[in-house]
Amino acid sequence: MASEAYITLEDVAFSRNGRPIFDDVTLSIPKGKVTAIMGPSGTGKTTLLKLIGGQLKPDSGRVVVAGESVPDLSRSALYRLRERMGMLFQSGALFTDISVFENVAFPLRIHTKLPDDMIRDIVLMKLEAVGLRGARDLMPAQLSGGMTRRVALARSIALDPELIMYDEPFAGQDPIAMGVLVKLIRDLNRSMGLTSVLVSHDVPESLSICDFACIIADGHVIGQGAPDELRSHPSEQVQQFLRGHPDGPVPFHYTAPKAEADWGIEGVGRD
Amino acid sequence: MARRTMEVTVGVFMLLGVFALIFLALQVSGLTPGGNGSTYTVYARFNDAGGLTARGRVSMAGVTVGRIRSIELDRDSFQARVTMDIDGVIDNIPTDSSAVIRTSGLLGEQYIDISVGADDTSMADGDSFYSTQSALNLERLIGNFASGR
Amino acid sequence: MIDRIARLGRSGLELARSFGRSGIFLAGVLVGVPRTGADFALLVRQLYAIGVLSLAIILVSGLFIGMVLGLQGYTILSDYGSEDAIGQMIALTLVRELGPVVTALLFAGRAGSALTAEIGLMKATEQLSSMEMMGVDPLRQVIAPRLWGGFLAMPLLAVIFSSVGIWGGKLVGVDWLGVFEGSFWGNMQASVEFFDDVMNGIIKSIVFGFVCSWIAVFQGYDCVPTSAGISSATTKTVVYSSLAVLGLDFVLTAVMFGSF
Repeated sequence: MASEAYITLEDVAFSRNGRPIFDDVTLSIPKGKVTAIMGPSGTGKTTLLKLIGGQLKPDSGRVVVAGESVPDLSRSALYRLRERMGMLFQSGALFTDISVFENVAFPLRIHTKLPDDMIRDIVLMKLEAVGLRGARDLMPAQLSGGMTRRVALARSIALDPELIMYDEPFAGQDPIAMGVLVKLIRDLNRSMGLTSVLVSHDVPESLSICDFACIIADGHVIGQGAPDELRSHPSEQVQQFLRGHPDGPVPFHYTAPKAEADWGIEGVGRD
Repeated sequence: MARRTMEVTVGVFMLLGVFALIFLALQVSGLTPGGNGSTYTVYARFNDAGGLTARGRVSMAGVTVGRIRSIELDRDSFQARVTMDIDGVIDNIPTDSSAVIRTSGLLGEQYIDISVGADDTSMADGDSFYSTQSALNLERLIGNFASGR
Repeated sequence: MIDRIARLGRSGLELARSFGRSGIFLAGVLVGVPRTGADFALLVRQLYAIGVLSLAIILVSGLFIGMVLGLQGYTILSDYGSEDAIGQMIALTLVRELGPVVTALLFAGRAGSALTAEIGLMKATEQLSSMEMMGVDPLRQVIAPRLWGGFLAMPLLAVIFSSVGIWGGKLVGVDWLGVFEGSFWGNMQASVEFFDDVMNGIIKSIVFGFVCSWIAVFQGYDCVPTSAGISSATTKTVVYSSLAVLGLDFVLTAVMFGSF
């Protein structure tokens, strides 16, 4: 890795309700780049983002963001750190009772004391960046899924953060909306000098925009590197995930008792 | 909903609450503004205080002029000693007036009625009623009647 | 047998744990000192959602309960020829008991369940999480104004309920059944004591307002963020609030009006 790390995870272990989710995850995310974290569904990719954002605390190990150890921060220091982060939730998580404009203005109104006309200018600029300046007066319920995510993106960049985290940005989007999001993520990263972390299981889209990728499965990092390095990765598990083979190290069948026992034909002849 | 309209309706709601409180204070509990400040205390001794209670009403000619503050037993005379607060405006109760315990209706609560005397001097703070008439005890009355006394 | 005892113990622990969580939650809400300007606007918004929108049901129920009291009181009291006492009966029942209690029960059903559902939905759609990630404390931004809104709205609703009820009783007793208006109000004024009866009723409704809003926002905040979780949290809000109101009413009545 050429550039310095913005986020470092060292030997992070985390379990929920006694079920281990991560076990010794070590990962560093370079500054100013797009990093994709990929993995099958249910491997705790969203949990990883919550650990970085300090919404969850690891059982052991260190999570360092911008030089600060997140689990050890006081509540107010954590909130100050979060002002420098943006996060795009899977559902968009727009506030349903206020308009698109007010949604984008929300972080500005809370964290800055800017006059109203300046807030208006900033909000319109951010909406312009995602191509939705014309939708400012709509309510969140009137937006399509792709538009919701773009508004949420405008809201996450309202405070010009250093880091932006995308939680499954492509899930459930039509090809056009997906194309728009891919373009936006890449453009924003370039124009604002952001560090971007992308959590996804859409392999081609993620690999097409990321500078660095890592694949998590079964609580471990099973492969990491630049997209090209990953494509020629020796691990069978990595190859199965990237190519989407139905059977392989991750078996097609969920662990089950022997089929003969379930159908009751073990050792029984036909009458 | 525009913010202005919302603020106005909330304001109306709060005012409604305040009006309701004022209604409960004035019309329902008969609280007279400022009237609470000036009262003076007089005493009366009864052989039988009957069902008289603290906070009960003291009236003259059917008009409430004060409240009963407390009812205690006088250890020396074994009489009930009733302390009452009379409205300061009514400062001309003749000293020979008497305090009578009456019942409002057949089952209503008991109250003290002051039947006015004719003396020129008026009662002042700390005075006692010279003559009193105890509670009408229905049971005793019927008992007396039945035994022909 | 051992198994059953263990289960009982576990559910006891679980109960204690949820009490603890709600206490910590309450402390978290109350510790956040309100910022004057912005928080005031949020509070006004909640007073609107909780108070103004509950007004219709409060007015209508208050009127009907007052009218029923008038009717029932008249039939009972006229047997003893003391229908004049109807005013005091209506006023005392409403101001001391029915006003605060029925308002709180209606509040739990109307505003409390709505609060729980709203907060639960915000949790399920990640709005609360996203607020946290924006560096905004949802306890302060979302929960605190709702808690204070309920706390302030309840006593107002209760006095409005009582007033409307008394007016409804007067409508039936005086205007319809012909009780003399002078003795209606006169008896009422003679027996209702502002500081003992009206104020105690208001204190009750302040307590109920606090408890009902606390239960509602906690259930919303603590719910399982799925549609099934939200619906069960909403039900819990109504059930727990109603039980808490009735239980507390007994305790408060014993403390305030009990003669020991």
